[in-house]
Amino acid sequence: MKQITQQLKLPAELDNLDRVIGFLETKLEQCDCPMKVVTQICVSVEEIFVNIANYAYPDHMGECLLELTLAGEDDAYNKMVLCIHDSGKQFDPLKKEDPDITLSAEERQIGGLGIWMVKQSMDQVEYRYENEKNILTLTKTW
Amino acid sequence: MNINVKSEGNKKWIELDGRLDTTAAPQLGEVIEKELQEPVKELVIDMEKCAYVASSGLRVILQAQKSINRVQGSMVVKNVNETVMEVFEMTGFSDILTIE
Repeated sequence: MKQITQQLKLPAELDNLDRVIGFLETKLEQCDCPMKVVTQICVSVEEIFVNIANYAYPDHMGECLLELTLAGEDDAYNKMVLCIHDSGKQFDPLKKEDPDITLSAEERQIGGLGIWMVKQSMDQVEYRYENEKNILTLTKTW
Repeated sequence: MNINVKSEGNKKWIELDGRLDTTAAPQLGEVIEKELQEPVKELVIDMEKCAYVASSGLRVILQAQKSINRVQGSMVVKNVNETVMEVFEMTGFSDILTIE
């Protein structure tokens, strides 16, 4: 069993989205994570980071901390656990009602798809509020 | 993201080159809105060089589909790669869009 943990802490601003994605791509690719899984993880984290940047800190600038743990056996990594922390207003994104994905284009609401994509792409998504921090944990194996 | 537009009569091709993420989505939204100010009957979105779509990108594509429906035109999404196709499937977009 081997394991590495790396962190990225940065202001929760949309301008930093590229840094977040760059960090994930670099670390995941170094661990030979398949391209498809890298994309699934990046799409998921983008949704969450953008939500934090847009809504977590309505009246002041705040930070977002990503804590990425990669784990595996002797020769290869096969599991990612990513904790995304913010100290903005308390918000559980998992409580959002799932969108009705069977509706026609005309009936569709513009929105609500982001967190649904996260739930569909990851193996596990957990939310907790602890020490005045929102902590969302994404788990994915490959 | 680079967006290339080609026109022929009332048909338009929009080629996406790069990631359709939260930063690029408004850019594509503006291009589509501008192009649809002209009478368009057929809109092709070519995704051969786009391997990444965020939900903000999906919203722009849905908006384009609604706009083209309103003028009784048709829209086709072409050359969708496997990862993007999965995003379309998990969100039910594969039922809404015409994918070739």
